[in-house]
Amino acid sequence: MPNTYFWRKLHSFLGLFPIGVFLFEHMFVNSLALKGEAAFNRGVAFLQGVPYLWLVELVLIFLPLLFHAFYGIYIVYLTKNNVLSYTYFRNWLFYLQRITALVTLAFVAWHVFVLRLGFSGEISYAAVSQTLSNPVVTALYVIGLFASFSHFANGTWSFFVSWGITIGERAQKTTAYICAILFVFLTVVGLKALNAFV
Amino acid sequence: MSNDKSSSIIKPTSKDVTFIIKRSNGPGFSSYWEEFQIPYYPNMNVVGALMEIQKNPVNGKGEQTTPVTWECNCLEEVCGACTMIINGKARQACSALVDKLTQPIRLAPLTKFPLVKDLVVDRRVMFDNLRKVKAWIKIDGTYDMGPGPKIPPQVQEYTYELSKCMTCGTCAESCPNVNEKSKFIGPAAIAQVDLVNSHPTGALMKEERLEALMGEGGIAECGNAQNCAKACPKGIPLTRSIARVNRQTSVYGIRSWLNR
Repeated sequence: MPNTYFWRKLHSFLGLFPIGVFLFEHMFVNSLALKGEAAFNRGVAFLQGVPYLWLVELVLIFLPLLFHAFYGIYIVYLTKNNVLSYTYFRNWLFYLQRITALVTLAFVAWHVFVLRLGFSGEISYAAVSQTLSNPVVTALYVIGLFASFSHFANGTWSFFVSWGITIGERAQKTTAYICAILFVFLTVVGLKALNAFV
Repeated sequence: MSNDKSSSIIKPTSKDVTFIIKRSNGPGFSSYWEEFQIPYYPNMNVVGALMEIQKNPVNGKGEQTTPVTWECNCLEEVCGACTMIINGKARQACSALVDKLTQPIRLAPLTKFPLVKDLVVDRRVMFDNLRKVKAWIKIDGTYDMGPGPKIPPQVQEYTYELSKCMTCGTCAESCPNVNEKSKFIGPAAIAQVDLVNSHPTGALMKEERLEALMGEGGIAECGNAQNCAKACPKGIPLTRSIARVNRQTSVYGIRSWLNR
């Protein structure tokens, strides 16, 4: 039976592979909407034509997400935050990582339910546009995107430390800047794609 | 002064220092805050102020009270015994100079260790953890093993920093992942594994130590808040040690699985 060490490392790994990779793929397909309704619909049709789609979705998306989410809730529970006594920048990011974890979890659960599991009919530009026609929904999406991207960017920084890849202070600082750029990049791409549907 | 009720209260003079101390008679007793006015003297430290209370245990209301219990030993920030929470942060009372502290000065016992009484806690777990990870170098034998191996000066320089650890518990106190819900071993023991694993003779037991850190409550429970390195009074590069041991456990974990 694998021990805590294994589950912790698996949790860290799954955040990047496949969940992080999927996040990029998702933003790519969303961004097809910038090229017009037909381009987005072609992208969706291509994905729906992937052989063994149910298996791909199950193994590369649903199972990793479920494990990352539920083990993550346990990690959030194990923490006793102290940002008011120890006001260091990294401690705040540690705290925000846990806040964004819960926000992202709520957002992704709602998003998957509305546009995937509980969705009847074909997914298309028109259908997404219809969902986003409510400004409250759009606002919640903006919050959800910010939470997901910051959780992913900071989690990537943490991945490099937890696996012992970045050891020195300067290496950790440099990857922190790279992860900040990653956050800005994803946010710009995500919001532009979102805007293409509104 | 008029003969109103407050006349019995000791009036703080400009030369008095106000302390507000979290007190408790021990586990099972409720805790309360008690204020003290202590006559100032130059270069006074928190230990000195606590000694003044011991000499004259009268609280801010002028009432006779029990002297505040605390621990101290070396008085030069190398033993860790007088570690307590001073104005919200864990540090040593001996090196906490009153002139450099915001008043009123608030003292409280460490929260991540079992309370004994007032400002005294039981830091035994810090030492138990060192035992758990075998943070020593085995040199005992039945015959003379000759001189020890040469250690490169770069390694000496690095490990000297790690050897400054006085097991005071400040790192554990500042760590959000060390608490009553988690079993996390905390930063100090991990840095000591880095110290003894860096020694050529110590490295003979490297794998046993890594295995101890890969169990429940081990190194993987670090969440990279990195408070420890900032809070450490000895400036030990705890986060560097954690990342170094992260690498050692990652490589060891993958290699031992592939070899199984």
